[in-house]
Amino acid sequence: MAGITIEGIRKSFGTTTALEAVNLDVADREFVALLGPSGCGKTTLLRIIAGLETQTAGRVLIGGRDISALPPRARGLAMVFQNYAVFPHLTVRDNIAFGLKMHGADAARIARQVERTASLLRLELLLDRYPAQLSGGQRQRVAVARALAVEPAVLLMDEPLSNLDALLRLDMRAELKEILSEAGTTTLYVTHDQTEAMALADRIAVLHGGRVEQVGTPSEIYHWPATRFVGGFVGSPPMNFLPRDGAVLGIRPEDIDLVGPGEGIAFRVNVVEPLGAQTLLTGIAESHLLRVALNGEHRIAAGSDLHIRPRPDRIRWMDAATGRATTRTETSP
Amino acid sequence: MRGRALPYLLVAPAVIFLTVLFFVPLVQTIALAFQTSNGTGFGNFVRMADDLNFHDAVVNTFRFVGLAVPLQLAAAMGMAMMLRHLGRGRDMVLWIWTIPLGLSDLAAGLIWLAMLNDRGYLASLLFHLGLVAEPQSWLTYETPIALFVAVVIAEFWRATAIVVVILVAGLQLVPKEYAEAASVFGASPWRIFTRITLPLMKPSIQSALILRTVLAFEAFAVVIAIGGRNFPVLVSEAYNWQNFNQEPAVAAAYAVVVMVLSLVATVVWLRVLRTPEEQRA
Amino acid sequence: MTGRRALYLAGVVAICAWVLVPMWLLAANALGGQPVIAAWPKPWIPLSISFATLAEFLAIEGVFRAMLIGFEVAVLCTLFSVALGLPAGYALARYSFRGANAFRLMVLLTRAFPVGILALPLTVGFIRLGLYDTPLGIALMHTALALPFAVLVSASLFQAIPRELEEAAWVFGCSPFQAAWRVVMPLALPGVSAVAIFAFVISWNEVFAASVLSARNRTLTAYLLAMLSESPLSYQFAGGLLLIVPSVLFIFLVRRHLFAMWGIASR
Repeated sequence: MAGITIEGIRKSFGTTTALEAVNLDVADREFVALLGPSGCGKTTLLRIIAGLETQTAGRVLIGGRDISALPPRARGLAMVFQNYAVFPHLTVRDNIAFGLKMHGADAARIARQVERTASLLRLELLLDRYPAQLSGGQRQRVAVARALAVEPAVLLMDEPLSNLDALLRLDMRAELKEILSEAGTTTLYVTHDQTEAMALADRIAVLHGGRVEQVGTPSEIYHWPATRFVGGFVGSPPMNFLPRDGAVLGIRPEDIDLVGPGEGIAFRVNVVEPLGAQTLLTGIAESHLLRVALNGEHRIAAGSDLHIRPRPDRIRWMDAATGRATTRTETSP
Repeated sequence: MRGRALPYLLVAPAVIFLTVLFFVPLVQTIALAFQTSNGTGFGNFVRMADDLNFHDAVVNTFRFVGLAVPLQLAAAMGMAMMLRHLGRGRDMVLWIWTIPLGLSDLAAGLIWLAMLNDRGYLASLLFHLGLVAEPQSWLTYETPIALFVAVVIAEFWRATAIVVVILVAGLQLVPKEYAEAASVFGASPWRIFTRITLPLMKPSIQSALILRTVLAFEAFAVVIAIGGRNFPVLVSEAYNWQNFNQEPAVAAAYAVVVMVLSLVATVVWLRVLRTPEEQRA
Repeated sequence: MTGRRALYLAGVVAICAWVLVPMWLLAANALGGQPVIAAWPKPWIPLSISFATLAEFLAIEGVFRAMLIGFEVAVLCTLFSVALGLPAGYALARYSFRGANAFRLMVLLTRAFPVGILALPLTVGFIRLGLYDTPLGIALMHTALALPFAVLVSASLFQAIPRELEEAAWVFGCSPFQAAWRVVMPLALPGVSAVAIFAFVISWNEVFAASVLSARNRTLTAYLLAMLSESPLSYQFAGGLLLIVPSVLFIFLVRRHLFAMWGIASR
């Protein structure tokens, strides 16, 4: 088992820069999610770590060993691909055994590992099938089993759940969390889905435009976004931003309370979305678009005029020009 | 990095091969055609044009290409559309319809020789129908029109198959939704065909026409199998000058003419049936 | 509506007959021999089948040999086309490299030319190199015909195999060569065999170059062409049947790939 150290990784394709000087440390046995919108460079970073792409500058260390110059096969890692990349001409058994065979494991070890990972992922009854005979979720499990079978020092996962339908994704997410925490493998997990990242990861690295915006625990990322981008990207609905004296006030929709007339800020409700657990209000406050998430028991009609107040201890102040969070605190507005 | 050189290493054998066996002979053919006993010039072309058969060969070739290719395209279009409405058995029918594409033009010529010779099956059929009383000799120099029709039929029979395949493949790339959308908006089947399907198939039609035109200019064995030397075309003349007259230079002049015609036809089809960039799917 | 359907089905059947009946009648002539060919008028259903004429034809000196040579040439052409075409197709499908488009254009350009005719100037060089009138020489020329096709089709074959599969093989311990051999090749195999069969049929059927480049060691097509004017009809038809049978069989084998292949290759 080993940690990953990413040092000053840069990558440019011709004139476009995909990654600019990315640094990241992943501790041994830690699960880190790389979160960001499409095109932020998260998949490129993962592929550089895997050796499928060559960085323009910087180096990658696994367990303290510089692997930057090694071909993928010599890096001692395993990967789960977005489209699973389960070999269609091999049975489930041969797919799971593939990595072990290539690394010259003996037959006894192969059999043992195949059995162990197959039972871990509930594939015992499917071992002699071909991938074409499997459902999407089953193929996904084969891809994970194939990766775990080699007992990799590092496991890389590239949007492994994005091709599953919504319900299955939820199931697989829980299952994956259980299996991976049991296996205790150092894992780097690429996703554009913030709930996935929050649900699975010990820490999240938010990438944007080829830079790491913030690294932190899910709760840190959610409650104390380091930049305006992170606040807007993480959380659904996203954080609200209101300009205040040359700075920007960031507040999550659920951290806003209704107050009596004459107090707080006037809020004109345009749209009401009763979502069950929550009631989501979209409207205008101080001529800015604002979302408020209330407890689902509230009954409010569109067109209502309300008064609201952000919870002072939840306010995040940001620099208007750079979008970076400042340490400035303030009493209620 | 070692990876940089790899694609070139993979491509190199094919490039070298095509250079040696395509580009070099191409240049050689042209050089040979312009090479005369007293330097370079059009001497071989003059000898070619002065030959008795030249005029017939040119006229026959153009008539042949001009009739066979459009017929193939029209028939193949019809066949491709027919296949769309076939449910069960489509694969079987498709296979039968496309068998001729695997046959050589020599074989096709011999097949139609069996059909059309003086005691052939067509004459027999006409006899049974009471239309003729005795064997008919159609494939001689005395019956040039019948001979011409026979050659066109044989080529039509053989090479329509490849056009069907190209058009069916092209038709598979055209989503059915377009035609469905047009019919929802009230277009008749004929209008859907002319306004939607046909324009969307332009790329396949183009490649089918290029392929067929080039190969039709090259047609040779079918002509000899059916008509012997009674129906000269450009390539059969090239063959005769090379093999019987032992005059490779005049044969090369014929080859140059055929190449120029093929190239011109290709350019014409590329131009006429161009799909503008902004209209591509 | 059912009337139209019936008419339509009749049309489908008629086209099938249009394709099959002439081939059947050639076979009838070839198997029936001189009596059938000379018969007038021919019976409605010509059914007298004997292999006597065919055997007689095969016994003629040179016929069987011409078949063997034709076969040898076609096999060589197949080997060359696959050996040269697959790597080039793989490079086109997997790498973007300077000159890739020029190469593609070069391959496409060969289609605008009547390649067979280029055999004419090759005779001189082939005589000098000792390739004239040899199966190898004809096979080389035929490869020039089949190779562009092999390159384009195998490029599209490899393109259809997700790159991710190869990358997965690399990550799980394969060298690039091992990945190509263990993962790409098994998946490409059906398509590759179709490419091979097409190369075979192209060569087996080719007449002009084979005739120009040979004198005594003729392929079946060249042999038939040379003897057309001086042999009886029965032998011509027997030869025609021998020419057709392998082609039809091979096309039957690749029928599934026909469309995918031509749809792509003709773009």
